[in-house]
Amino acid sequence: MNQYPLWKNLLILAVILFGLVLALPNLFPQDPAIEVKAESGEVSAAARAEIAAAMENAAVPVKAIEARENGRALIRFTRPSDQLRGQATLDRTLGEGFQHALTQSPDLPGWVEALGLQPMFLGLDLRGGIHVLIDVDMEAAVTQALERYTGDIRTLLRNDRIRYLTVGHEDGRIQIRFREEPLRDEAAKLIRREFRDLEVTTGSQAGDFYIYAVLPPAKQEEIKDFALQQNITTLRNRVNALGVAEPIIQRQGERRIIVQLPGAQDPARLKDLLGATATLEYRLVDTEHSVQDALDGRVPVGAALYYERNGQPILLKRRVIVTGDQITSAAAGFDQQSGSPMVSVSLDGQGARQMRRVTTENVGKPMAVVFIESRTLTRIVDGEPVKERVRSEEVISVANILEPFGRRFQTTGLDSSEEAHTLALLLRAGALAAPIEIVEERTIGPSLGQDNIDQGFRSVLIGLALVVVFMALYYRVFGLVADLVLVVNLVLIVAVLSLLQATLTMPGIAGIVLTVGMAVDANVLIFERIREEIRNGSTPQASIHAGYDKALSTIVDANVTTLIAAIVLFSFGTGPVKGFAVTLFIGILTSMFTAILGSRALINLIYGGRRVKRLAI
Amino acid sequence: MAHAQILKASNIDFLGQRRIAAMVSGGLMVICLLSILFRGFNFGLDFTGGTVIELGYEQPVEVTGITATLANEGIIDATVQYFGSNRDILIRIAPQEGEEASAKLSDRVFQLLSADAETAIELRRVEFVGPQVGEELREQGGLAVLFALIGILIYVALRFEWRFAVGAVAALMHDVLFTLGMFSIFYIPFDLTVLAAVLAVIGYSLNDTIVIFDRIRENFRKMRKGAVIEISNRSVNQTLSRTIITSGTTLLVLLALYFLGGEAIAGFSLALIIGVLVGTYSTIYIATAAAVWLGVSRTDLLPPEKEGKILDDRP
Repeated sequence: MNQYPLWKNLLILAVILFGLVLALPNLFPQDPAIEVKAESGEVSAAARAEIAAAMENAAVPVKAIEARENGRALIRFTRPSDQLRGQATLDRTLGEGFQHALTQSPDLPGWVEALGLQPMFLGLDLRGGIHVLIDVDMEAAVTQALERYTGDIRTLLRNDRIRYLTVGHEDGRIQIRFREEPLRDEAAKLIRREFRDLEVTTGSQAGDFYIYAVLPPAKQEEIKDFALQQNITTLRNRVNALGVAEPIIQRQGERRIIVQLPGAQDPARLKDLLGATATLEYRLVDTEHSVQDALDGRVPVGAALYYERNGQPILLKRRVIVTGDQITSAAAGFDQQSGSPMVSVSLDGQGARQMRRVTTENVGKPMAVVFIESRTLTRIVDGEPVKERVRSEEVISVANILEPFGRRFQTTGLDSSEEAHTLALLLRAGALAAPIEIVEERTIGPSLGQDNIDQGFRSVLIGLALVVVFMALYYRVFGLVADLVLVVNLVLIVAVLSLLQATLTMPGIAGIVLTVGMAVDANVLIFERIREEIRNGSTPQASIHAGYDKALSTIVDANVTTLIAAIVLFSFGTGPVKGFAVTLFIGILTSMFTAILGSRALINLIYGGRRVKRLAI
Repeated sequence: MAHAQILKASNIDFLGQRRIAAMVSGGLMVICLLSILFRGFNFGLDFTGGTVIELGYEQPVEVTGITATLANEGIIDATVQYFGSNRDILIRIAPQEGEEASAKLSDRVFQLLSADAETAIELRRVEFVGPQVGEELREQGGLAVLFALIGILIYVALRFEWRFAVGAVAALMHDVLFTLGMFSIFYIPFDLTVLAAVLAVIGYSLNDTIVIFDRIRENFRKMRKGAVIEISNRSVNQTLSRTIITSGTTLLVLLALYFLGGEAIAGFSLALIIGVLVGTYSTIYIATAAAVWLGVSRTDLLPPEKEGKILDDRP
């Protein structure tokens, strides 16, 4: 009686061994490290040798320089201070085409790495880093689309010489007014043919004839979806340019984007960069009209009033020569003659043609560069959040066109080399398809992350020790069995977390601690049952058998309800709460395995298949 | 048998005290509810929105100096306090009107204070929650509690019987209300992790209740005679030592978590400590009493033939 067949014992043993192996990588310490990435794709052996030499020159002790599978190089250090000095050294030595980022990397022996094993994935609250939640202004994306359609319709009608009175859009509807019905009908036919996406209707009001065009809901969804995808791409480009290892950029829900940068430490710079919408526009200066007239409110047709950075007013032509969208690459540098910061810009084919045509026609005339920035803010008005868009436009430089130019040229007039760097980065990364706003930020400094790990680890250990001592004293041999499977349970939780690469957060550790307290419950139920059976006069073997048997359905029922709570937590929770739900869920499953099967196997090995007079329980 | 025992085989008339228990619980519930309704919660940043900044200075600093620096720059709604030591500072800023509502506020504060300090300060933590996010989190939290209760109601109703389900959920609501009430009455900061703890309390308290219900069901099947109250009482007593031991071990680890786990999860552990204590009480006094009061009877639990095996086990 009370003997498991061999296969069952072996199976349990196999699961435990498997768990031990999976949990193994967590034993190795994390090295402070720097990851080097080459734009060409691979950091060559020569480049690695160069790095090693540079580190030696700068007297920065390096633990190892490794080539990674993904073509990157990893420089390991022993101390965080060496890591920072190493970063400074790389800043000086690595040229164009290389990027480097601070990271942490477990120092795994080759055979562990060969098995593809990884330690648990620590959340930002444990390793430090920046988390931001970004809200994408979807309404603005739709409005922008309407604006584009309105402009296109205006151009279409003009090109086809159909006379209209006004074209505009209001409350999500484009409105075109005509004096005569036949003109309107002709235009409606044309618009229907050219813009199949629009839903076109006609009507008349107060003697005028109208065309109304709206975006059907499906099309609006498409626009919103595109805006979100485009924004994710742009944000990824921007974040990559920052040089952070393992950034996470993902969509959350219908209009939100999560950006997580483990190890990053400068939230101000990150937020500036993420939210920035800086772009450039090139326009001709209107020299034919007087600035004073415009200041007095008589702005000439085809021109607009702008201000330079020093506050000087200037009149520019309304027509834009090229916009930031047409810029294919941008790099910051210094102007060779004046030494002031500049951005050198390359245009795409269409932009280059336009630029060449306009500059050829206007040699000797001044051209202005407009720096445009827009932001979305939420103000609280009467207790309700209201979204507001702020757009600022500044003329950063005005220069005479000395000779025609096309694809490549320079733009000066920037305040600092920092501004030049940021602008170049933004132009390279592409524009945001819709304005964004940061609606949540959680930044954890690296030292606080380490504190959290230490505190979490300590509370797990102390909590475990208390329970282990109590169980051993109270249930003696059976208590020791429960203790052993409790430890195995912890190993299995760590193993599953490592295997799934689920994020371990501080509340996640709390979930593990809670599981430790609750996992013994199953054994307590069983042991109390066994004691009861003994009191009722059953033999030791029959008591063990009946105890496990009868407690089973209770244990399952009790655990399923906690599982329900964990599932609800997971589906409603965000970030840290999700972490708690995950460990709670995993902990319940593993504890059922260890407390029921694991403890039974041990008890069977100790007491099973022989005559037992009394049980140490 | 000479094994360690917290309780000798007990025979306490728990259900006999059910009127007193109902009165005590009823009174407490009214107080908790009134406090929740009129006093409300000390909602943390997660739910109100706003900014929290934790800074580490190299030398001890004066709170008043920091408050003054911020006030000079028009940041007046800030509470500045020590956090652990006189070199660690925690600044809380309520949601601001206008442009200050943005995520940029923390950058400005850090810049201002860095410029002011003699040595470098370490930015240990920044949390910013925008007003709309706070509202969403509040809404989601309420929904989560609701869905957890409904899910559990369904499971218990399927697995047992509707009277037990109602009894279990009554005990759960009792526990949730009591835990929330304590946070309201003592105005303990209520953040997302506390909400998670409340949901864990639901799971835990139910765990306890199920064990007793299971025993009641078993006893109904086993004992041919005996009044409902007597059997229920017997079941509570039979499971009593388990109830106390499990609560005890869980409390042990929670206390370790509360004292050693650090500020970040102190509220979480406290909510669970309260929840486990009240959950143990409610399991014994509320859940069973409610089921008895609703008229649970032997016939309600007998039908399922497939579970007859348990009966056959006993001679």
